[in-house]
This record gives sequence, structure tokens and C-alpha cells, in this order.
Amino acid sequence: MKLWKFLAVLVAFGVLGLAQAGNPLVLDKASTPQDIALSVFGDAAFAPAIMRATNSKALVDPTFARITRLDEVLPAGAKVWVPEETWAKAFLAVWDPNRVEDLFGGGKLVVGSWWTAGGEAEGLEALFALYREGYPDVVIVNATVAGGAGFVFKAVLKPRLIAGDPPDTFQLHAGLEVEGYSPETYLRPLDDLYAIFGWDKVFPPDLLDLMRYQGHYWGVPVNIHRSNVLWYSKEIFAQYNLTPPANWDEFFQICEFLKGKGIVPITLANAGGWEAPHLFETILASTMTPEEYRGLWTGETPWTHPGVTKALEILKKLLDYVNPDYSAHTWDTVLEYIAAGRGAMNVMGDWAMGWFMAKGVDVGWAPVPGTKGVFVALSDTFAFPKRAPNPINVIGWLEVCGSKAGQIAFNMRKGSIPARTDITPEEKAQFNSYLQSCMDDWARDAIVPSVMHGAAAPESWVVDFKDAVNLFLVTKDVAGTQAALVAAAKAALGK
Amino acid sequence: MRFKLRRDTILSVLLILPSALAIFIFVYGFIAFTAYVSFSNWNRLVPDYTFVGASNYLRLFQNPRFIITLRNLGVFTGLFVGGSLFLGFFLAVLLDRRIKAEGFFRTVYLYPLALSFIVTGVVWRWLLNPGSPQMGSTGINLLLEMMGLGFLKSGWYTDPRVGIIAVAVAAIWQMSGYVMAMYLAGLRGIPEELREAARVDGASELQIYRFVVLPLLRPITFGALIVLGHISLKIYDLVVAMTGPGPGYSCDVPAYFMWELTFRANRFAQGAGIAVILLFIVSLLIIPYLRYSLRREVEA
Repeated sequence: MKLWKFLAVLVAFGVLGLAQAGNPLVLDKASTPQDIALSVFGDAAFAPAIMRATNSKALVDPTFARITRLDEVLPAGAKVWVPEETWAKAFLAVWDPNRVEDLFGGGKLVVGSWWTAGGEAEGLEALFALYREGYPDVVIVNATVAGGAGFVFKAVLKPRLIAGDPPDTFQLHAGLEVEGYSPETYLRPLDDLYAIFGWDKVFPPDLLDLMRYQGHYWGVPVNIHRSNVLWYSKEIFAQYNLTPPANWDEFFQICEFLKGKGIVPITLANAGGWEAPHLFETILASTMTPEEYRGLWTGETPWTHPGVTKALEILKKLLDYVNPDYSAHTWDTVLEYIAAGRGAMNVMGDWAMGWFMAKGVDVGWAPVPGTKGVFVALSDTFAFPKRAPNPINVIGWLEVCGSKAGQIAFNMRKGSIPARTDITPEEKAQFNSYLQSCMDDWARDAIVPSVMHGAAAPESWVVDFKDAVNLFLVTKDVAGTQAALVAAAKAALGK
Repeated sequence: MRFKLRRDTILSVLLILPSALAIFIFVYGFIAFTAYVSFSNWNRLVPDYTFVGASNYLRLFQNPRFIITLRNLGVFTGLFVGGSLFLGFFLAVLLDRRIKAEGFFRTVYLYPLALSFIVTGVVWRWLLNPGSPQMGSTGINLLLEMMGLGFLKSGWYTDPRVGIIAVAVAAIWQMSGYVMAMYLAGLRGIPEELREAARVDGASELQIYRFVVLPLLRPITFGALIVLGHISLKIYDLVVAMTGPGPGYSCDVPAYFMWELTFRANRFAQGAGIAVILLFIVSLLIIPYLRYSLRREVEA
């Protein structure tokens, strides 16, 4: 019986590895939180962490003591909660001693994101469920604002940051998108939490480089998406005995052939204004080496590079093979062409997989032509505003986001892959075949940042980039567009 | 008597003061603040009020997208105001013939006004959906096809040559009923004797409208012009719901660009610049109206 109970506790806290792990402790003699901290952690400074953790428990379980002061003498037999050392350290790092109210537990956790649809909302809900397990005293407020790539959400968030009324934590693309939030003013650097929770060891170095802006970490990544995926209809490719194109010459041969059959060779959406620039960034990754592509965003590669010219020419040629109504379609509605067998290919990030699965479409995938061995990556992270109203509640949230259990639960539903590198083969086997192949590529390929999804460049540059590509769709003016891209880079890099 | 007057004055001033203060701060104060921001260097998230002169305006006018939005706004305003006035007047004249079930038709024409531009935008987005040879036509293109007028099919808002014109069509659909209602009230106010007198003088029906009715309706035309004009200059929600910026920004309008520039690109100063330019354009429309109505008040 005792063993069974022990195992149950182990399963509940140990195996899930989850937040607010720790142990109940029944006092054998009257003591203050400082005494307990001294005896458990060997340091009386941990008393506030014990006080807070116990008060949190007491809100949902009356057998726990309510502690009102750090030097309160608790009678023998009182039950307290001793949090895990990592959480306790994080607490001390985050807690502002002037904020006594933070020692009493409860309160809200306002989570801002743009995850409102299908799998992504389910993934978010899975994270909430894990959080509630560890912190049942906290009320989660799901502050989502719909809108692809978060452009509406960000517009709502920014004035709130300026006004000093931010959510407790919010979704942020990994990479230079953080520049747009002026993190040095509005966000809390997470270097100390990275060290405490060991995140700097479980995420791959390429991603950690991407996460660092001005030498600090500003968010905890929950997932990885790939943007350079060419989706193709298995049905059409089998019918005409085609193989997925490895380079643009093969691609255009297939396009020419399919056009003759009355099928849209490559479907395109652009109602949101970001879908075509998304396609263009993957073409850029095909006409340049990964180093050159990365250099575009750091100023090491000039935008006058012939690879940019070539990419524009490819996009221009590709526009002869797209559906004419592309500006009426969003990324998901255009996939109906493929579902109906009227369109053959599409370039979209791997969130499209969730759409195909929901519709029961048997779809094939390959890297965008010319990008084999290149992984154009984007990642969603959660950031910690400096003026978060409930800072202590954020610790557990970030811990869930960065944890293995959190990443597996979230990504299986969202249709992305965990950012952590320590996923075991058994855990990997739970994912679908696309995601498994994506994990293999993530481990093997050169990783370059996505532009349209916030990784490669600050938002003001992304807007200029997007505007130039969107104009190009109509003007088809290669030289003029390249000049506009050069000007955009000059404005952004200041050189 | 004198004391009473003064008490009245004090009371009225006190009563007006809160709203006057609120308007002064929240309307004129914020207009002034926006103008101030537009001359500042606030082009990051963190406010920076360093004075930089007109450089934000210069950069705006160097931006090809901004020029396109201004051009679109001009086209849209012309089509929308002109189209709504014409169609509204036409409908009003038809209804003024004392037809059967006038109340029914009046309601039908007026109903679109009750919708928000968001709803109108979504409906017209579907109606004007271009479709494609592979997936078939929908909406108006399908209707044209079924009537054997397939050659009239268009890409509508996905065709950069049409672009903002498609948005104007939706806006005319929504607002012409309102113009109709105004004109109808005006027409009903014109005594039948005037027309009779004109007829006796040998004027044709067309001449009656040209020389009798329209001049009498001038105040209504002017009022409708102001209402439509300021709606058209502020148009934003219809574009968002219906098309977004469209291919090559052919459906883009300054208000949409302002939103994106401000909250996406964090160029708050440039966004404020667009706001000031829009205010300037609106005032070109409003100031003559104010002068006109003030003069009429004096005359009255």
C-alpha cells in the first residue's frame, strides 16, 4: 500500500516532471518558515518560497497551514509544502521583496497568444491542464486574439506594454521579433531562469543563438515549426508518375506539364499579405547557401547578391503557374485545391499538416526545391513582461512551457516538434510520420531563421520586406524590387 | 433680474464644463498630441519625443505604398460618394412615384445601412469571389456565367486593375439606401404646386428635376456629401473584412496602412503622420460645410 502511494506520487510529480513538484512536510516541532528553509535548503533565505508554496496549497487543500508572516511560529503538526529547489530558486530570482502580496498564493495568470484555431488551441489547453495540475490555486485567463501570424494580437499587446498593463506572459516568435517589443524596457531577461531550469542545456545551440538578443534570453521556446515545406498531392503525383522536384528546373517542368492537364501546378494564397512573402523567403533559402542567407539579415551578405535576383526571377516565373484567385485565399482555404484534386503543390509551413490531417487528405512533403538540408525555422516562445501583474505565477508557466512533458503534450496537438533535444525514441514514436521526419531534419539540417515569422529580422524590416514582395506580385519588376529590398535592409541595419 | 441672469450663466457654464473639458482633452488634446508625435522620433515601441521636423512626412511620401493608398482613397471617395448620391437619388425618385408597397421597398433599400461594414465586407468578399477555372466560379461570377454573360467575369478585388473599385461597389450598396431616405424626405417636402407650375410653364419632366427639384434639394445633397465623404475618408473596416490590402496594395487605404505602420512596424511617428494627413483631408471637406451651415444660421 505504501509502495503504491509512493508510486502514485512519483507518477504525479516525478515522471510528469511537473511544476510545483515538491513534498508535503508535517512539522515535528514548532518552527518558523525560516527554520524550515534552513533545515531543508540549508539557507533561511528560502523562507518566502516555502511560505508562498504552502499558502498556494492551502488555498485548495485546507490541511495545509496558512502562513501570514515569514517569522510566524507554526505549531508542531502543521503541514507545509516544500517546493523543489529549482522552483524555489526561480522564486527568489523573480520575487520582489516589496511585494508581500505575492506570498499568499492564488491570483491570476493572464496568458496572451493568437492561438485560437484547431490544434493550436488544443495544444495551449494541454499546457493549461499541466499548469493547473501543479498550481490549482491560480486562475488561468486565456487572453487570445485571433489572427494569423498574430498581427492583430500584437497590435493589442503593444499599447498594453507601453501603458504598463501587460498580460503575465505572452506568445513571442523566437528571434528578432523581440526587438519590436523593446525588451530592455518592457521585458524581463530570462538568463537566470535559463540557468536555474537548465534550459541552456536542453535546447539546441542554433536555437539558443536565435533566442539571444542583446546577449539575453527573452522567451522560453515551446515548439519548432519548419517554413520551407513543399506539400504535394500524392494522388496527382501518382497519377502522372511524378516525383517531388529536387530543384527549380524540375519544379517548372512539372508545373508546365500539370498546367497542360488543367491542374493548378502550385497553389498560392495571399489574402493575409504574408503568404507570398513566406514563399519568397523559402526561395531565397534555395538560391543561397545557409551562411549567405543568414548574412542577408546581419548585413554580411549584400541584398544586391545574385541569389536575390535569381530568387525574384524564380518567383516571377512561378506566378505563371499559380491559381488566379490567390489574393482571395488565406493559407488554409487555398489548400482546398489540393483536397479537391485540382491543385498539385503548395509551399507553406508545417502547420499545414494539421489542416491536411483534419481533412483526411493524403499529402506528400518534401523540402522546397533547392533547400534540401536547410531547415527554415520558426519557434513560438513565451515572454515575461517586466510589469507582469502576477510574476510568481509566471514561473510555473515558463517551467511548464520548457518542460519535456509540456513540450510533448503541446506539440502533439499543435503539429510541431519539441524544441528540446532530449526527446527519447519512445517519445518520438508518439508523433505522426511527418513530425518524426521533421525531427530528424531538425537534428541534421542547417538551421536558418524565417523572416515572415519573426525569427530573422525586426518587425519594421519584415513589414518593408513584405511590402516589397507584395508589390512585386503585380509589378514583376525584378530590378526595382531588388532595389527596394536593398533600401529596406539599409533602413533596418543603418548602413 | 441681473443677478438671476448671472446665476443662469454660472449654472450653464458649470453644466457644460465637464463635457467641454472632456472634449477639449480627449478630442482636441489628442489631436494635438498626435500632431506632436508626428514630428517626433517615436519609431520604436519606447516613446521618443525628440523633435525631428518633417522627416516622418518626407519618408511617408517616399513610400510607394503610401502614394498608392492616397490614390486609392481618391478613387474610392469619388466612386463611393458619386455612386451613392446618384443611386440614392435615383431610388428616391422611383419611390416618390407613390408606388405600391412603398414601405416594403423603402425598408429593403434602407436595410443595408443597419449592417456593420464588417458584415458587408464579408458578404461582398464572397459575392465578388473570383473563383478559378479549376474550382469553378462562385457569387456574382457564377451568376454572370449562368446568364450567359461569362465574358463579363472579373477577378474583382483580386485583379489589381479593379481593386478598390470592388470595395467601392460594396460601400455604395451599403450607403445608397441612406442617401435614398434623405432624398425621399426632401422630395416629399417639395410642394406639388411647384411642379405643377413648372408643367404649366411647359417644362418637361427632366427639366423639372433639373431646374426645380435638384436646386431645392441642394441642402440635402450637401449634407449627404459630408456624411459620405467623411465615411469614405475613414474607411478601414470594410477593407479589412473584404480584401485586406489586396494585390499590389490595389485595395489599400491610408487608414489600414496607418494601422500596420503603427502597430506592426512600430513606426508610431509615421503612423501619426498619416493620421494628421487624413485629418487635413477631412478638414478640407468639413470646413466648407461648417462655413456653409454657419452662414445659413446667420441668414436664418
